[in-house]
Amino acid sequence: MPKLIPVPDDLSKPFWDAVNERKLVVQSCADCPTLQYPPKPTCLDCGSENLGWKETSGRGRISTYVVMMDIHLARRVEDQPFNLAFIELDDDPKINFYSNLPGVPVRQVPIGAAVEVIFEEVAPGQLIHEWKIVE
Amino acid sequence: MTTETGWRRDRKGLGVWPHQGKVAITGWGMSPVDRRWDGVSMDRTLGAFCILAAQRALEDAGVSPEEVDGLLQCPNNMAGANGGSSASWGPYRPYFPPPYDSEDGLTVVTGKWMLNNMPGLTGVTYAPEALPDIGEGLGFAAEAVATGKCEVALYIYTANNLEGRYRRGGDNARDYAEGPNQWNFPWGANTLSLQIDGTICIQQYCARYGTTWEELMAPLILTEHRNGMMTSWGFYATNGASGLTTEDYLASRPIAWPARIWDYDRPVNAAGAFVLTTAERAKDMRQKPVYVLNHNQGRGNVARSSYLTLDEWMVGKRNIAEMVYEGSGLRAQDVDIFNPYDGFSPFMPLALEAFEWHGVKEGEAKDFVKGDISVEGPHPFLSGGGNLGCGRTRTAMYIDGIEQLRGTAGARQVNVKAETAVVAYAPAMSAAYLTLASSPP
Repeated sequence: MPKLIPVPDDLSKPFWDAVNERKLVVQSCADCPTLQYPPKPTCLDCGSENLGWKETSGRGRISTYVVMMDIHLARRVEDQPFNLAFIELDDDPKINFYSNLPGVPVRQVPIGAAVEVIFEEVAPGQLIHEWKIVE
Repeated sequence: MTTETGWRRDRKGLGVWPHQGKVAITGWGMSPVDRRWDGVSMDRTLGAFCILAAQRALEDAGVSPEEVDGLLQCPNNMAGANGGSSASWGPYRPYFPPPYDSEDGLTVVTGKWMLNNMPGLTGVTYAPEALPDIGEGLGFAAEAVATGKCEVALYIYTANNLEGRYRRGGDNARDYAEGPNQWNFPWGANTLSLQIDGTICIQQYCARYGTTWEELMAPLILTEHRNGMMTSWGFYATNGASGLTTEDYLASRPIAWPARIWDYDRPVNAAGAFVLTTAERAKDMRQKPVYVLNHNQGRGNVARSSYLTLDEWMVGKRNIAEMVYEGSGLRAQDVDIFNPYDGFSPFMPLALEAFEWHGVKEGEAKDFVKGDISVEGPHPFLSGGGNLGCGRTRTAMYIDGIEQLRGTAGARQVNVKAETAVVAYAPAMSAAYLTLASSPP
């Protein structure tokens, strides 16, 4: 069963547009050094509304993971069990992402391993960001 | 004096609660705790249970219904409420003759319904609608008594559960992820965000401090169940359970591995009630008063990115502990009974460390739980069995705090001093703690 399809809104449309161009961007504050994801209306640190977008390195590390075995989401029930890993972005480890680490066997997730972003189509024309282990 | 935003004490810097010791809890009552309402048994509706719990609380306090002037009713805490409303989530069923001719009284109980249907509630002059849940609600009730809105307050909390698997409707049944869901649903990170967050934090904890989920959680969960089996009204104690073993826990079904089904509290259908009054009035009631030292609300922290990390969790929980200690005037070493919220097991060790109860500092809970945390021992943690040991009534932490301070906890009565208690229904970063004492300061 395919993954759930994100529905962009006014705030998130630039992010998803970038993902659809196979770029991983995060919000960047023009008034302080803060990077943030998911996008918010104001800067988490200085409150500025002067926020833009910055392409990331697309690289990170696996912080830890769990295995989803009794999920509430109807669209993902048939995928169970599946890894749900937590990725810290190299550009700023305070930024983190979820990942199913496609291709990694269940419960065989190497914690601490380096990963890089990949993109996965969940609906015609709509990609999401995923991650794969860097060999 | 409360905060600028009203009655809530939701940040540091507010000082000791100015009404400290002027409000007392004098009664508690529980309905039976059923797994679910079956849709047909009219003596086991949420309305029937609320009346029963209220009557038992008033009986405990030695107060007649006519003496209640403040009715504080929390109407609905449906298991899985974000997966569909109470009306649409359960199976189709007919309504019944009045007063059960709408959802009110069956799976929701409003203050208006209670006033119309509970015998003797004739003196109520204060009955605000849409009361907060029990974590914040008992603080609201204490503030209401302290500020003279009522003198004898009856706070009633509902926990309801219907047939079927919960959280399977609403957004969870859709193919699309909108709003905040767009950042977690595509990867299957739903269930409850705080469930995932807590599991992440404990996974990070285990890696950081060199332990395993099973080593950390099994002693806590088994102790909870043991304490729950000594709780007269608890779900397991009243529904034929024989007690959980380590083997049972380790072999149980994973939900979000390594979290297993016993790491989560069991949704139930029940009601609990509490009587609060002024310290002066409490002297004339049946039970030894348990005084409110402080109440808190608000949040300790928020996730900076997709999920709360262990570091963010501990910063937030320490903020909460500071609020609790500041508002109560207690220090960690002054807290005798510590009953933090345990609806998901990860909450327990992290609260223990943030509050430094019995001197447990960050990274030390893993060793602490290997010691004697039984009610008979020197470190009786969560002596009431909490939600994990009694079912998801969210009342066990409060009732045990009251009983321990009264000295009426029976087989659960701790052997150590029981003069102060910090109790809570405070999921994740909620700061909804209540501090109690057996005597006024």
